Amino acid sequence: MPPPEVRRSIKRSAVSDQQRRRELALLRQTQQRSDSQNRARRLASSVFTLSSSSSSDLILPDKDILTRAADSEEHEAHLDESVAPARELNVVQASKLKGREARQWFARQLMLPEWMIDIPPKLDRDWYVFARPAGNRCFVVSSNGTTISRLRNGSVLHHFPSSLPNGSRTRDSSGPASSYCVLDCIFHEPDQTYYVIDMVCWRDYSLYDCTAEFRFFWLNSKLAESGACNSPSTYHRYRFSVVPIYDCNQAGLHAAYSTSMPYTKDGVLFFNKHAHYQTGNTPLALVWKDNYCSQYFLDTDSQGLVPTQQQVVLEMQEDGKLTTSDDPPVVFGSLEVDFIQKSEFRAGNLLRFAIKDESVRVVDGKLELGDLQFISKSNRARAFADSYSKVFFQYAARHSPLKIEDIAASILPNLPDDSPIVDVEMGS
Amino acid sequence: MGESKQQVHNDRLEGHIGQNNKFIMLFWQITKNSCFASSGERRQRAHKFPPSLFQCPPRFLGFPQPAATTRPTRSAAIHFRSVSRSPGADLLLPRKDVSDPKTPFAFSVSSKFGVLPSPPLEVTKFNLFERTSAFGGSMEVTQILLNAQAVDATVRKHAEESLKQFQEQNLPAFLLSLSNELANNEKPVDSRKLAGLILKNALDAKEQLRKAELVQRWLSLDVTIKSQVKSCLLHTLSSPVPDARSTASQVIAKIAGIELPQKQWTELIASLLSNIHQLQSHVKQATLETLGYICEEVSPQVVDQDQVNKILTAVVQGMNASEGSTDVRVAATRALYNALGFAQTNFSNDMERDYIMRVVCEATLSPVEKIRQAAFECLVAISSTYYDKLASYMQDIFNITAKAVREDEEPVALQAIEFWSSICDEEIDILDEYGYSADSEVPCYYFIKQALPALVPMLLETLLKQEEDQDQDEGAWNLAMAGGTCLGLVTRTVGDDIVPLVMPFIQENITKPDWRQREAATYAFGSILEGPSSDKLIPVVDTALNFMLTALTEDPNNHVKDTTAWTLGRIFEFLHGSMLEVSVITHVNCQQILTVLLQSMKDVPNVAEKACGALYFLAQGYEDSSGSPLSPFFQEIIQSLLNVTHRDDAGESRLRTAAYETLNEVVRTSTDEIAPIVTQLLPVIMMELHKTLEGQKLSSDEREKQNELQGLLCGCLQVIIQKLGASETTKYGFMQYVDQIMELFLRVFACRNATVHEEAMLAIGALAYAVGGNFIKYMQGFYPYLEMGLQNFQEYQVCAITVGVVGDLCRALEDKILPICDGIMTQLLKNLSSSQLHRSVKPPIFSCLGDIALAIGENFEKYLIYAMPMLQSAAELSSHTVATDDEMLEYANQLRNGILEAYSGILQGFKNCPKSQLLMPYAPHILQFIDALYNEKDMDDVVMKTAVGVLGDLADTLGSHASTLMNQSVASKEFLEECLSSDDPSIKESAEWAKMAISRVVSL
Repeated sequence: MPPPEVRRSIKRSAVSDQQRRRELALLRQTQQRSDSQNRARRLASSVFTLSSSSSSDLILPDKDILTRAADSEEHEAHLDESVAPARELNVVQASKLKGREARQWFARQLMLPEWMIDIPPKLDRDWYVFARPAGNRCFVVSSNGTTISRLRNGSVLHHFPSSLPNGSRTRDSSGPASSYCVLDCIFHEPDQTYYVIDMVCWRDYSLYDCTAEFRFFWLNSKLAESGACNSPSTYHRYRFSVVPIYDCNQAGLHAAYSTSMPYTKDGVLFFNKHAHYQTGNTPLALVWKDNYCSQYFLDTDSQGLVPTQQQVVLEMQEDGKLTTSDDPPVVFGSLEVDFIQKSEFRAGNLLRFAIKDESVRVVDGKLELGDLQFISKSNRARAFADSYSKVFFQYAARHSPLKIEDIAASILPNLPDDSPIVDVEMGS
Repeated sequence: MGESKQQVHNDRLEGHIGQNNKFIMLFWQITKNSCFASSGERRQRAHKFPPSLFQCPPRFLGFPQPAATTRPTRSAAIHFRSVSRSPGADLLLPRKDVSDPKTPFAFSVSSKFGVLPSPPLEVTKFNLFERTSAFGGSMEVTQILLNAQAVDATVRKHAEESLKQFQEQNLPAFLLSLSNELANNEKPVDSRKLAGLILKNALDAKEQLRKAELVQRWLSLDVTIKSQVKSCLLHTLSSPVPDARSTASQVIAKIAGIELPQKQWTELIASLLSNIHQLQSHVKQATLETLGYICEEVSPQVVDQDQVNKILTAVVQGMNASEGSTDVRVAATRALYNALGFAQTNFSNDMERDYIMRVVCEATLSPVEKIRQAAFECLVAISSTYYDKLASYMQDIFNITAKAVREDEEPVALQAIEFWSSICDEEIDILDEYGYSADSEVPCYYFIKQALPALVPMLLETLLKQEEDQDQDEGAWNLAMAGGTCLGLVTRTVGDDIVPLVMPFIQENITKPDWRQREAATYAFGSILEGPSSDKLIPVVDTALNFMLTALTEDPNNHVKDTTAWTLGRIFEFLHGSMLEVSVITHVNCQQILTVLLQSMKDVPNVAEKACGALYFLAQGYEDSSGSPLSPFFQEIIQSLLNVTHRDDAGESRLRTAAYETLNEVVRTSTDEIAPIVTQLLPVIMMELHKTLEGQKLSSDEREKQNELQGLLCGCLQVIIQKLGASETTKYGFMQYVDQIMELFLRVFACRNATVHEEAMLAIGALAYAVGGNFIKYMQGFYPYLEMGLQNFQEYQVCAITVGVVGDLCRALEDKILPICDGIMTQLLKNLSSSQLHRSVKPPIFSCLGDIALAIGENFEKYLIYAMPMLQSAAELSSHTVATDDEMLEYANQLRNGILEAYSGILQGFKNCPKSQLLMPYAPHILQFIDALYNEKDMDDVVMKTAVGVLGDLADTLGSHASTLMNQSVASKEFLEECLSSDDPSIKESAEWAKMAISRVVSL
């Protein structure tokens, strides 16, 4: 038994100031170590995975990309969809962009689902399904004490305070002042609510390279915590809400398709569980609709009427070719040189055409448009041409639409299980 | 922290005397303190108890003798737990005779521990006078040993040289000669004592590596030599010379400490005990002393229960009042103190526990003061080791302690108070655990709460027994101080309940003409300020505050003023601050308080020191609050404190230190609007530091003073640097001074030859952080001291701080630190593999490897082959540590955290570079480490947070390769899940990051 310690008199202080200084120094060092550790962790990893390969030797000098991408609009155009690491810091930098530059940058940030023209295999196993709220798709960024929502074309919808991280100028104890977040939302006019359909960045952590499974998990656990789902108040002008997301089995599909939601539905969205958030068109997120679940099954014209002939919006290229917004673009026709000269169209202009049903062919599963009739230049607000899948979907919608029964049939529970699935997700 | 505190404590105790004299040292300390107190009245007090209260001596060969028990009359106020008093409970105890009026203790008695002793072992034969050739004749040995203690330095040096030579030439013969010398009753006592001391030093050392070497050296000696040495030592126990016996006891314990854990010398305890009751009393005394030292030296696991039983039987028998020799009883009582830790099993047995408790309590009534004191020390030790077994004895213990506190000599009375302080410690810990988890391993018996009505008056009485001038004496410890300290602990234990019990005492005494009464009342008030709710205290303090302020300026007595200033400090510490809803300080009275405190800072040193302390807490209360009412007076406060530091008598009562500490706190808690004044303070303190560098050819005394003052000034600069460096706006103002500050620090370093100044090192860490990348220009001048600091194993605190400064430099310089990395890494790796460096420095060194890797990124490549194996083996060691106690577990966790931080830094450092693949081979091991930690289930929260972060780092840097590995590890998945659902937000955050990083690399 060790000898007893001499008891300290109550009149003598327990800790010497030197000891306190040592402890404070240690505390400061621990804090700073953890800060630099966190800074390092928030620099996105260069090891990223493309949808099909798991190669980790694809290493990009991401600093160069960061500077390049931020430099000018010209470089932004070169921004490869797969260069995920660049985006995270771009969001911060892009928040400082103004006007047209900002619009052009933000117009490229949304993940755009393709239209479902055929049913992907293993829908029940690898996909989620949910009812798409009717409204404007937008990209919501909270940073620097304010929140800005931007439409698909990059223009500002709302500029407002919110309870999102650093989304208002209240003294927020929940994070550093530099914190920010990025959400993919649909603004639903009737109840003035932002329905969050995806989470892109949360409190400085980029979720671009996370699977949808993880992003939805994160979205569901984090959004409510922030208070963003609360009713509007002075420092929180619009309510945010998550949408119910289902596994794409019979029950899930049924729930998304026919159950009533607190919002007006506009079709159904399918998300592949393993897909990362990829800007631009992606076949790993799909949209589908019919007359039952959407008021906008067939495209309408500027008067809100369904035109007798299907209309498409295509982008004119340098050489007069008319292309879709896909990457690489699909060519649906071309304009005569003298027509171009007469009309003073320039490369990049979006032009609206009507198509004659009888001139349309499906060759080897590929859609070919015959006779394109020029209608007008497209609405200025529009940023992109139609995608190939959209044109195809609208064509099919007018002739032999893909029905809910077809989708349900593809996920019958008795379908043979021909390929074992390796679950690589941790902790799910 | 616990480790170092204990170390310092031990060092202080050991001094020049050596470890085995701790006991004696401790007694000495207490006696020394008490020599002021002994009064004639006390000396005359005779013991009214008969020599033996118990007519039935313990029988060790048969059934327990029925105990004669009855209860003393109790003071009506006390109502203890009634377990032992209820008729049902009585049945549980083998109490046969409850009517014997001579027995004051209520608990029953058993006289037998465990089974019967085995028959005596054959005593080893030895040849005491065997001569050894290598070390000359025994006369020669004697002479050398005497010469080694000669006054003449030349003679002494020569003798020491000879001893060293003999030892190096023939160790076995050397040891044998020494043991022969010690055993030889014809030799002079001085040569025998030194022989024993050298033997002891040949077996043990303070420094771990050296100690391990000595242990190995002894174990590898020839068995015959060892048994001859041991025989001599055992023989010495029967020497008529007390010093020889005592020395032999200590050496035997050292050998036992080495051999018993190796399952050697297993017959030792049995042979010591074999015929103990037949021995002459001086041999019995030496044997008991030896048993005590053995218990102190070895851990309880090493001694089997059978032997523990025998030891306890012998010790308790030696303590019995029927033992004729006082020396034997003293030795037995002290031995019991050490043996208590071995008695777990016996304390779980009601009869045996009752018996031990009875014997201890009886010893507290011995006519011999030393026995009473040792017996109370046993009670103190029992109170902390066997708190949960005390319920049925508390009533009696209260009576004993109350009597001792009121009537006994001060050393005894102090131990009696200490018993209650120790019970408070236990209950505060338990209630603290209740507060965290509504659960504790040991339940709280609320002894203090129950004893309160009797305990508080007893403690209040002690407060009136002050010594003159106790406030001027740093080391003073007397009844009044112990009583007040205990009252403070009681208050922390029971909270609000104390207030109504103490207030009447305060009200009655605070205005009395006798200073003792006024001081005692004030002291009582100051002691009850920590623990009760502010609701309870604020009304009382509100009415008392003005009185206190007046007393501080007007009371004629220094003691009263001293305690008044201290009490004000306690009021500010516990009842003022931005954390509290209601503060006793308002903008109105704050100015008045300040005026009084600044005035008191001109009073005599001990009062001025307490006034500084009060100002310290006043300032601290305004931390984190905007618009401190002190701000307008900031200039004046600083000037007053600087004036205090310049007082001629500032060296007394640690006044100068207190003034600088308060200055630091005032600066630390100041608001941003004060920054210009803090910036002005900077050159003032720099000038002060400059002045300390001017002295030439200092005496060692002056050098020590210079050193201390430099420490205070560097500490102050550190606080100013940290304050001004914290924000961009204030940083600007002090940047112009950085060159000069750095020059000063380097000159402070240069004042010393071999070591670096800890305070200057701490300040440089803060400076580097504030300056950032530009600090590189000072590196050339600073580097030698940095290296020196890292090499300072002796003052390991300095080494630890320097390691922390390397981390600061990494963050400040980032990859600019590369040129000096080779030197630093070499030293750090050397430190890690050294067994001479204090172990507490190793975890920060590991963390520091992570800092370096994070700073220099892939340039860390060349260190991987050295650092990784070291991390790997440390990881293995730390994950499989079987932590025998909390301290060990805490250390294991610090080590684990350091290792994980290193991994984290290295992984993040290599992120985004092609060389990250170099880390692949290490990944499996890192995962195994985390798996092992998870399976051990004894990680603390800090380790958990770091470990789960490393899982994320693996994925972040190594990509899908890491995720493949992680799929193979079951534990890491479960671990991640567990962390994700942790209540600790920092663990959760770290886990979420990991989950995200992992999900990012999971491929389709």
